Amino acid sequence: MQRLWRPSGLASALVIGIAVSLPAGGYALLESLRALAGRATLEPQISLFLADGCKACGGRCAGSRAARRPAREQGALRAARGCPEATRRGRGHERSHRLSRAQSPADDAFVVTASEKTLEPLAADLAKLPGVAHVQADSVWARRLGALERLGRLGLWLLAALLGAGLVAVTFNTIRLQILTQRAEIEVSKLIGATDAFIRRPFYYLGLLQGAAGGVFALAIVAGLLAALNIEVRSLADSYGSSYRLAFLSASGAGVVLALAGGLGWLGAHLSVSRHLRDIEPH
Amino acid sequence: MVSFSAVAKRYPGGKSALEGVSFALEPGELAFLIGRSGAGKSTLLKLIPAIERPTSGAVIVNGQNVGALKRGAIPYLRRNIGLVFQDQKLLYDRSVYDNVMLPLSFSGQPPQEAARRARAALDKVGLLPREKASPIELSGGEQQRLAIARAVVNRPALLVADEPTANLDVESAAKVLDIFVAFNQVGVTVLIATHDLALVERYGKRVLRLAEGRLG
Repeated sequence: MQRLWRPSGLASALVIGIAVSLPAGGYALLESLRALAGRATLEPQISLFLADGCKACGGRCAGSRAARRPAREQGALRAARGCPEATRRGRGHERSHRLSRAQSPADDAFVVTASEKTLEPLAADLAKLPGVAHVQADSVWARRLGALERLGRLGLWLLAALLGAGLVAVTFNTIRLQILTQRAEIEVSKLIGATDAFIRRPFYYLGLLQGAAGGVFALAIVAGLLAALNIEVRSLADSYGSSYRLAFLSASGAGVVLALAGGLGWLGAHLSVSRHLRDIEPH
Repeated sequence: MVSFSAVAKRYPGGKSALEGVSFALEPGELAFLIGRSGAGKSTLLKLIPAIERPTSGAVIVNGQNVGALKRGAIPYLRRNIGLVFQDQKLLYDRSVYDNVMLPLSFSGQPPQEAARRARAALDKVGLLPREKASPIELSGGEQQRLAIARAVVNRPALLVADEPTANLDVESAAKVLDIFVAFNQVGVTVLIATHDLALVERYGKRVLRLAEGRLG
């Protein structure tokens, strides 16, 4: 423990903290952005605009027909204000289509929510219905957002793997230097009957504690950065009338960061001790 | 206690340090191993705690064939042997007391018992008043006595010392050897390597003469 509080031990823990803070901070940002995107409708949708004079159609309009489409199309129809008949008829299909009033800027408009796979065929079908003026599939932006999110996650995983390897390397080197510093003590201990396990133990503790201390530094860095970013995010969100803020990692997320940092520190110590202690034999 | 049977030791490169060495040391015996520099004294002593392994022959210590011991068993062999070296191998960043405590830190002694044993060992070699000093503050003779205290603190049945009186004046050397004799008188088996025949003859104990790797 005393070794950890030496300047060199703290410096190593800080280096580990900076390395861990990048993926940890990236994860926190991604989760916050995902929460923001979750407030908007991420599901692929079709905006369906009816031709003029299609109100009170007696069930023959596009909305009514769309409402009666089979559930296997996995489309959900929301009747916009504008076609009371479609709304009325749709109520009979609520189990399969979830038909309800939805907000729409236009009177004669529907918003159809579908799955990604059925979206485009459904849009093509709807466009052929009588009384439909225009069909717009709003899927591209949703796909792009989803792809960006997947790309961000993949990038974070790769970054975490790379920096995790860096953490192991930092600990490996710190323990190597520590072993060299204590070479005389190790040699004497071996001479007078210390087992390998006894000699290794303090180095394992040092690796574990250094990694965990790096994890604590990382959480502190992420918290500080998010707090700084939230000053600007708050003023931006307030201008939209939103209470949105970038969120810190959850308790379990912070626990995972600490456990991973400690575990990788232990691994670095294990590799270093296995590699270097055998070289020290009394003579 | 210790038995060598036709032991040979050759180092890589073909240099032969020991050839056909055979002797036995009975429990409670004290023997001196004498010979000139390069005669093979240190090599012979290193075979006992498995610091070196014999090239051929058998080294038996406490009924264990040292040459056949697995790596994991060596620490337990060494805990039963008190080792004293010419260069003492003290830890200069620790106090006199902490140097003596080192072997007790991994032998599973309760802390109070360990402290009592460490102080008793320091008392036997006359260093208890200096327990808080650093080894660097001690004279050569005192450092050697500290090394003896560390060697005996685990109460080993066998003490092995390699040139413990080298670099000491006559008075300090006699004081160090007197300590070994005192431990032998309470039943500890002792083997001391030295090149100082005049000092050895004062004690009238068994002498093993080693010349060019062979016992004479």
